[in-house]
Amino acid sequence: MARGTAAGPRAVLAYLIRRLFAAAVMLVVIILVVFGIFFLVPRWAGVDPATMFVGKQADPAAIEAVRQKLGLADPIFAQVWEFFKGIFVGRTYSSGGDVTDCAAPCFGYSFKSEQAIWPVLTDRFPVTLALALGAAFLWLLFGVAAGVLSALKRGSLWDRGAMIVALGGVSLPIYFTGMLSLAIFSYGLGWIDGRYVPLAESFTGWLGGMILPWVTLAFLYAAMYARITRATMLEVLGEDYIRTARAKGLTEPVVIGKHAMRSTMTPILTMLGMDLGALIGGAILTETTFSLPGLGGAVLQAIRDKDLPVILGVTLITSLAVIIANLLVDLLYAVIDPRVRLS
Amino acid sequence: MTAPLHEPTAEAAPSAAEEAALVAGSAEAKAVQGRSLGRIAWERLKRDKLALAGGMVVLLLILIALLAPVIANLVGQDPETHHEDLIDPLFSTPKGAYGGISGDHLFGVEPVSGRDIFARIVYGARISLLVGFLSALVAVVLGTILGVLAGFFGGWVDAAISRVMDGLLAFPQLLFIIALVSVMPNEMLGLTGTGVRLFVMILVIGFFGWPYVGRVVRGQTLSLREREYVEAARSLGAGRFYILFKELLPNLVAPIIVYTTMMIPTNILTEAALSFLGVGVKPPTASWGQMLSAAIDYYESDPMYMVIPGVAIFITVLSFNLFGDGVRDALDPKGSR
Repeated sequence: MARGTAAGPRAVLAYLIRRLFAAAVMLVVIILVVFGIFFLVPRWAGVDPATMFVGKQADPAAIEAVRQKLGLADPIFAQVWEFFKGIFVGRTYSSGGDVTDCAAPCFGYSFKSEQAIWPVLTDRFPVTLALALGAAFLWLLFGVAAGVLSALKRGSLWDRGAMIVALGGVSLPIYFTGMLSLAIFSYGLGWIDGRYVPLAESFTGWLGGMILPWVTLAFLYAAMYARITRATMLEVLGEDYIRTARAKGLTEPVVIGKHAMRSTMTPILTMLGMDLGALIGGAILTETTFSLPGLGGAVLQAIRDKDLPVILGVTLITSLAVIIANLLVDLLYAVIDPRVRLS
Repeated sequence: MTAPLHEPTAEAAPSAAEEAALVAGSAEAKAVQGRSLGRIAWERLKRDKLALAGGMVVLLLILIALLAPVIANLVGQDPETHHEDLIDPLFSTPKGAYGGISGDHLFGVEPVSGRDIFARIVYGARISLLVGFLSALVAVVLGTILGVLAGFFGGWVDAAISRVMDGLLAFPQLLFIIALVSVMPNEMLGLTGTGVRLFVMILVIGFFGWPYVGRVVRGQTLSLREREYVEAARSLGAGRFYILFKELLPNLVAPIIVYTTMMIPTNILTEAALSFLGVGVKPPTASWGQMLSAAIDYYESDPMYMVIPGVAIFITVLSFNLFGDGVRDALDPKGSR
């Protein structure tokens, strides 16, 4: 097979730089939007952001202290600048004699829970990462396999059955299947404890706590991926180059496994990048249902408490995860699909 | 920006672009057969039993939502009256089997308050469908306008709109929806409480949904504006707006319908998720997501409380999905049936 545009290392480098630049712009925009949501929207609606951080019944002195400490009276760009500076050189919050230090990398300091954000993030990130990666492994394995089988045996009993299950799967909210699985396997049958146990404490305990979240999350996504894989595979099988491959006398496993799978995987990878990025940024629903101490739980609590520094920190990490995942997918793309030009 | 404007970029999911191309194919089928696209689609849809069943359930759900007060009255219940006499004081769960299901309370009562679950499910359908439909409307209107603008005018208009779409698609959406909904005040624009929450949810869910529609409409417009019939209209001296409304928009109707039907169930799930997380509709107003969220504490002692709203969401979303799949296949001549 002739590769028309053999991309040299130079082109790849230029492509990488362009993508990284776009990613950086995206991050800045996201930070500005988060600032906007928590500072501008309440202002339009006539609520003082400082009161949001201390609560409604707090006395004026406490509100003023928070305003000074967080620099809420400064122009918004000064606040954004302070935030960025904090990430690289650390930051000090002060109001009068009251000084709070936040060492670099300072992603903010929560005045509600009286702790820096960074340790909270590093504490909770592994839980979310394990949840997302474990589930992704399962759903790719089963979802793609089910979709390919359905496409190859189109119209068969297996195809119809699998697609009905898949349609049911995408129609079920994760918190419902999650609760149902807890009620059945943990409470009803007593097979699994269902509580989260840190990996450092016990491996089997950790596995027991993660298995239900993994399976329920993977079920939802496997259903989605099976539907997409089937549709894409059917389309690919109708292409001329597949007919050519068959006409050349290639065996069916080679035609399917090597030629058809390559094109089928392209849209699947795009989805995987977006889904994985979004999940790593906080599988909020899954973590809430199973009470997992991950990023999603942290940000939900922060939003309920209107704890802006935590929200900012987590949103930044989340966006980073989404952007990195998409970047990786774009690079993988160029590898598996030579039609993709590096432009 | 040097990104190619006439080809789907790596970021645009090929499935969506291809879907649009397939639907475009059906416009050609129309010319050959001399029957209207709507007619062909309807005839195909009629043969699809699952899709028809889904459509019937959707109609039934719309009726239930519209007639919620009448239906609740029929069984002599309303969604907010407490029945504490039906609650076991020791465990605060309903007396009797299966969450207190009885002739009076068809689906039983809620733990602690004893509110009638049947009435709450019926009223909850209003919230789900209202948010589902209206937010899809917001997304479709925004997506169509901006998508057509991007595809039709090209140049910097296209570049700007496309960047915004890419950006929005890469946003951690649920996080932003939660954040936005939670900073809204309790009163605005003459609305209070639940009214504000519904209004904000509809706008925010719709806002994050428009790029999905916009992307497809843009791609479709790009390919349509180079067609011969548009060229012909242009050479006859047709103005931009004539071409836009008379030549392009009618051919965009099919993909727009497909995306709308696919978007409604997604939006219903998002509303339920927000209410489940406690940032959407709050009690005493009945919503399915909020009921599931309350049920999380009782999944051991009163599992029916969780099963009923869960099944309600499942049936609703499933029938919309069945119907949506059917509509897509009906408008797509190459698709599987």
